[in-house]
Amino acid sequence: MTAGGDEFEFLCRMGDNALVLGQRLSEWCGSAPALEEDIALANTALDLLGQAKMWLDLAAEVEDAGRTSDDLAMKRDVMDFRNLLLVERPNGDFGHTMTRQFLFDSWHVEMLKELADSKDARIAEISAKSAKEARYHVERSAETVIGLGDGTPESHSRMQTALNELWSYVGEMFHDDEVDMSMARSKLAPLPSNLRSGFDRRFRKVVEAATLIPPTGAYAHLGGKNGIRHTEHLGHILTQMQWLQRAYPESEW
Amino acid sequence: MYAQMVESTASDDDPEKLAAFQARIDAGEKIEPKDWMPEGYRKTLIRQIGQHAHSEIVGQLPEGNWITRAPTLERKAILLAKVQDEAGHGLYLYCAAETLGVSRDEMTEMLLEGRMKYSSIFNYPTVTWADIGAIGWLVDGAAIMNQVPLQRTSYGPYSRAMIRICKEESFHMRQGFDIMMKMANGSREQKRMAQDALNRFWYPSLMMFGPSDGDSVHSSQSMAWKIKISSNDELRQKFVDQTVPQADYLDLKIPDPELKWNQDKGGYDFSEPDWSEFHAVLKGNGPCNSDRMKARIRAWEDGRWVRDGLMAHAQKKAAGKVAAE
Ligand SMILES: [Fe+2]
Ligand SMILES: [Fe+2]
Repeated sequence: MTAGGDEFEFLCRMGDNALVLGQRLSEWCGSAPALEEDIALANTALDLLGQAKMWLDLAAEVEDAGRTSDDLAMKRDVMDFRNLLLVERPNGDFGHTMTRQFLFDSWHVEMLKELADSKDARIAEISAKSAKEARYHVERSAETVIGLGDGTPESHSRMQTALNELWSYVGEMFHDDEVDMSMARSKLAPLPSNLRSGFDRRFRKVVEAATLIPPTGAYAHLGGKNGIRHTEHLGHILTQMQWLQRAYPESEW
Repeated sequence: MYAQMVESTASDDDPEKLAAFQARIDAGEKIEPKDWMPEGYRKTLIRQIGQHAHSEIVGQLPEGNWITRAPTLERKAILLAKVQDEAGHGLYLYCAAETLGVSRDEMTEMLLEGRMKYSSIFNYPTVTWADIGAIGWLVDGAAIMNQVPLQRTSYGPYSRAMIRICKEESFHMRQGFDIMMKMANGSREQKRMAQDALNRFWYPSLMMFGPSDGDSVHSSQSMAWKIKISSNDELRQKFVDQTVPQADYLDLKIPDPELKWNQDKGGYDFSEPDWSEFHAVLKGNGPCNSDRMKARIRAWEDGRWVRDGLMAHAQKKAAGKVAAE
């Protein structure tokens, strides 16, 4: 148990996933392979930032310690971030970014679908709203993974490489820990492990259509959602994202 | 403006056809892609719309530079949405230019090879957060000055693109002014950043309208064709007259000792920007020209495998459908 309680902890997880991935996607602005992709990436990033704000607003409310969503986003350090390792991985090439997106989206839709039935009406409401966006995201990322996997030999090989490289970050999404079990007991959130079969079904279909070989390794890197051991990349994301607030702490923007 | 110093191409078409064409324009009719048009009209429009489209796309870069550093969640979302709008503007405009028989890929190649230009303003760096405010306030403000009259331009697809674009521009300017307001009323450091941003962006913003038209043949031809509606000086004067009271409201000082109200003309007198700097920027010697082009070239080249891959997949799918029939 942490100071803010399990629900606070869980809300930070949801919020930080959206925030960090939104931040990553916005790095693409102005440099995507085509104008349509640039616009679509910005769209997804905007949805995620909006979701991050809703989750972190609620986290701040639940914590009831006088912090705001901006305080949570801009003033916590690495060890207090609760996002999955997957979302803090660097963008890599466009194929890598879209593979990461597809893996996240495929988990995200399942998670939000279940969360829409949360006993906490506030969680249910945010989830129902976010689920619509996530369904659209996964449609698009799946389509891109298929198009590039089943494209040219070069695009195929890049997509296979991306999938292989990111695979060890998939397991964390379905790993149950204390917080998850407590949330599940209170009927506030599903057990992550229960989301795996839905994820697998979509994953198998898309990977097959993409003519990619599903990786088989069972190893999962952990340490993001409990904040115990983030990758080295998160600190660099925060140095950018939080810079102004840290450099001019008493200012309004 | 976003299209600066566009050269018009003279036409050596049949004089009777030319006269009929001019009569349509004078009567306020819209010219549509399938209509007959002088070769010069077509070429000048491609140059102008293309330059405008490129400006939207290159213009993503200076503001994109601050998205990952925006100070609050809300500011980040607003800026991202704004820059996304600019990409959308580029898309509308490329589509409008395509109706004249040149593809987006061709125009992109021309930009990357330096055969087409984009607005000088995007070759200036955004070094502090206040610059994001200054760009929305001044650069989008200047863009609006130019684009509002262009809604009435004679070429149908261009006019319709402008109408869509203008709807979004006022939000761009407002978000910029709002940032400036926070900064100008903020801490001593914030106020300093706001003044510094205005100092750096004032003259480059005035340059956006291009040098005085004088007796430029290009301008008078374009005006006759209604692909240019107002003169550069007219627009610049309007911009200054609109902006000075806003700067006063912000309690920021416009960096021009000669600036003063002229009762007789009902507008401000102001100093001309340094036109040698403007020409240097157009020639490629602005502070960011080479960085901007490098960024666009890298995006285009790094994206090739993606475009090829998606194209190959689409072709396979289409072939599969044919085979199945
Ligand atoms: Fe624009
Ligand atoms: Fe704009």
